[in-house]
Amino acid sequence: MIRNSFKKGVLSGIPIAIGYFSVSFAFGIMAVQCGLSPLEALLISATNLTSAGQLAGVPIIAGGGSLIELALTELIINSRYALMSVSLSQKLHSKVSFIQRLIISFGNTDEIFAVAMSSDKKIGQNYFYGLMLAPWIGWSSGTITGALAGAALPEIITSALGVAIYAMLVAVVVPKVRQDKHCAACVAVAVLLSCIFNFLPLLKGFAQNYGGFVIIICATVASVALALIHPIETEEQADEC
Amino acid sequence: MSVRAEFIPYLIVMAVVTYLIRMIPLALIRKKIKNKFILSFLYYVPYAVLSAMVFPAMFFASGNIISAAVGVVVAIAVAFRSNSLVLVAGCSCLSVLLAELILRFL
Repeated sequence: MIRNSFKKGVLSGIPIAIGYFSVSFAFGIMAVQCGLSPLEALLISATNLTSAGQLAGVPIIAGGGSLIELALTELIINSRYALMSVSLSQKLHSKVSFIQRLIISFGNTDEIFAVAMSSDKKIGQNYFYGLMLAPWIGWSSGTITGALAGAALPEIITSALGVAIYAMLVAVVVPKVRQDKHCAACVAVAVLLSCIFNFLPLLKGFAQNYGGFVIIICATVASVALALIHPIETEEQADEC
Repeated sequence: MSVRAEFIPYLIVMAVVTYLIRMIPLALIRKKIKNKFILSFLYYVPYAVLSAMVFPAMFFASGNIISAAVGVVVAIAVAFRSNSLVLVAGCSCLSVLLAELILRFL
């Protein structure tokens, strides 16, 4: 069984695209506030398609930081995609070719990943192309709109838009937490560790300077712990993850 | 609407690093993973990463911690009832806006 309709992919991608438009609108405002031009903000969004990595990268670029610092920051913050790509590699149909995988890789964002993995069948390239198209358009057009219109908005509006990106991630996690109590336990461990890093005086300085590292440490510890305590039962469950 | 010459190397480094992280595992791993521990780890990891990214960072994502906390609670409450990313993000932003308006009058 394979899910490979381009049209169905596009339809599944439209809700993500609307979410991305509003979130990248906030990113566009932030990039221009940092001193980037609207076109530069658009180029970043169109070539990166990643929320957290862009949020972290823009201050480095605007502040004239080194290329190595930028590369390391992106590597750390985005390393979760490597793990997601490993999961996605198990979800793709075996007929998806190497070149097709090179294209699919570009679109493996948190939300697109979550939608692809929620499919009950194996995924084909056409479905995935459709799935990544609308979010890419939404992410890029939202960025340029925010970059051009942001200066005209009152501060209270731009401040409220700051939570949009995080609320979207909450929307990915909560339904899974409801469904699977072991996943809920894993999330609880990760959140607890993350809060310890951010609030404990000894570790606080580390978390402020190496936020990306902290995320990786917390997520790895929580996932290893749950994988040891409660390994998934069957291959079907692995397909659903 | 301009692009500065010194911006180009940043853009290339950022895009290439982000792409390679996504591409290398997806292009190279073609076989089915059988190891139960690795499969279990991969099952849990996306949700662990996302939740560590959100907490506690979301509490500092708006103008002040009280309005952001309202946004956190509303996002979780709406996500409990709906799978829609748009609805969750929209309700959360709106609740932060309302909270900030109320805080100004207090």
